[in-house]
Amino acid sequence: MEGQAVKAGFDFLGIYGFFDGLMPESLDWLAFLVAGFILAFAIINALVVSTAVYTWFERRALGKFQSRLGPNRWGPFGLLQPIADVVKFMSKEDTVPDGADRQVFTLAPIVFVATGFLVFALIPLGSNDWLSRLNIGLVFIIAVTSVNTLAIFMAGWSSRNKYAMFGAMRGVAMLISYEVPMALAIAAVALASQSLSTYTVVTNQEVPFMLVMPLAFFIFVAAASAEMSRTPFDLIESESELGSGYHTEYSGMKFALFQLAEFMAPIIVSCIVATLFLSGWRGWGPIPGQVWFILKALVVLCALLWFRATWPRLRVDQIMEFAWKGLFPLSLLNLFAVATEIQLLRDPVTGALTDSDMWAMAAINWAITGIVFLAVSRMFARKQLQRPLPKPSPLANMGAEAE
Amino acid sequence: MYGAGMAKGLLVTMKNFVKPDRMFTVQYPDRKVSPTELAKMSGVGVFTFMRKNPKTAFKAMTGQMTVPARLKQHPRFRGEEFTWYEQRCTGCASCAKYCPLGIIRIVTSPSGEQVQEGQKYHLDVFDIDIGRCMFCGLCVEACPYDALHMGSGFEEGKYRRKDLVVTVDRLKSQPKHPSTWFRPQIQGKEGYHPHGEKDVTWQEAGRHEQPSRKHQEEKWAKR
Ligand code: SF4
Ligand code: SF4
Repeated sequence: MEGQAVKAGFDFLGIYGFFDGLMPESLDWLAFLVAGFILAFAIINALVVSTAVYTWFERRALGKFQSRLGPNRWGPFGLLQPIADVVKFMSKEDTVPDGADRQVFTLAPIVFVATGFLVFALIPLGSNDWLSRLNIGLVFIIAVTSVNTLAIFMAGWSSRNKYAMFGAMRGVAMLISYEVPMALAIAAVALASQSLSTYTVVTNQEVPFMLVMPLAFFIFVAAASAEMSRTPFDLIESESELGSGYHTEYSGMKFALFQLAEFMAPIIVSCIVATLFLSGWRGWGPIPGQVWFILKALVVLCALLWFRATWPRLRVDQIMEFAWKGLFPLSLLNLFAVATEIQLLRDPVTGALTDSDMWAMAAINWAITGIVFLAVSRMFARKQLQRPLPKPSPLANMGAEAE
Repeated sequence: MYGAGMAKGLLVTMKNFVKPDRMFTVQYPDRKVSPTELAKMSGVGVFTFMRKNPKTAFKAMTGQMTVPARLKQHPRFRGEEFTWYEQRCTGCASCAKYCPLGIIRIVTSPSGEQVQEGQKYHLDVFDIDIGRCMFCGLCVEACPYDALHMGSGFEEGKYRRKDLVVTVDRLKSQPKHPSTWFRPQIQGKEGYHPHGEKDVTWQEAGRHEQPSRKHQEEKWAKR
């Protein structure tokens, strides 16, 4: 935090300044610790509470999208439903299956939830609202979000249940595949903002990157919705085949933790998208940056919800094909295009990109995106699914041979 | 264009979202109402309604007012409780004989009030164990005097099996809402509604009037 004048104000830096003022110079580290703990506490609680509200919102909106009602009995408009859910979860028996690996079984939901909280430390909510301004923030985000793959595998493996194991294996395969295009999309962001820190990504984002590189935005949203394993990509827990996937054996509070992490994922993803592609807290007019940030995140959240409500689940092979044959080449192409444009457009001495450079990049990238989408669509249209001819059964002609 | 179907799907769900009348859900036993709907029910404008009963309007706005609601029911629905008319029943026990499960128990005694001995019996016991009934309706088809009808109710959940037995007292006292299944004559009756306020009387329920006592005496006693 050195080098920054601590402005008084109701933001994270302001809170730090308040504690700093209370203590003598030599106890700076204590002020830092106290402020950090308070802020972390506030963030985690805000996240959990908003997740609870979001579960209600998601179920209501999902119901509306699918022309049914959603929870509506308990409290006005069913608003108290999350409370009822939590009470139910807490009063349920916490079972551990026979022959399960107890420690891993217990650890899995905790790891799963903790990764979500960790990511949130790096998201700047406003120009002075951040817990950490890590200079390798983007790498950290990629690394931490891949830990939940491990948690899923732990859960599936430790519960000693075939279906949980199937779900976990599918999950691992899918999550690892989708991490590649996601990382490449983030790499394009890092190139254009010339930084790996989430904070600098926002400060350098004069033009929202969603406009500058729509292809990267599309790839990131697709890969991220696969990362949080929601409906078009929810084969990890497909009820029709696998019970409920890796958390088949979980009950009570452990299951509640999985649910919490699962419903927290869209919130986190929309915050990341708002930071990386929608220029974070930056906005116009007298409206404070935090409000802008929350608005942008909400818009992304609603869009993700809309996708979830609409598209049916993909099959395993289709999902893998989409990742490796669809998103992966596209993300490579995007990275290549962005890198070339930057190399050509940037100031040869300082290496900085001006606003007009950004707009030029946007124009080129929109053209590329349009062409690529048309081409991909035609390509898929040409190899329309053709039914394989029915193979004659080896038993079909047995009678004829015998004669 | 390949992939346009995805956009189409998005449009469909968006239409569902913005148009409330595309809702499929039928709520039971009650549903939440909006102040607009409440005002329409009481036949005044929304604002008049809000001014007159602000408490109710506020409750409705926060989604806490409910009105009873149920699905429209077909009159030929074969419901759980049976409707039985003592006046029409002669105690012939055809229903008990025809029931494939043998779950109707009938005990009769001479009624003594009839013109001719044996014309009509008094029903001491008429137990129908609807816990085992399959609602085939054969008992209703068998009844020659249109005394037994299927009912139109369905809220018959009980805690004990023995509470599921419909006794003669219950048959006598419960409101008469016969189903029109196998009894098309009821459907033509004016004002008939499977859950209406009005009971269907024993005269209305049958195909023909019961002969008057005078007629009976002329026919049987004076011969
Ligand atoms: S409806 Fe029930 S009581 Fe009547 S004949 Fe069928 S099984 Fe027996
Ligand atoms: S209900 Fe009908 S069939 Fe049954 S005893 Fe009475 S008259 Fe006979």
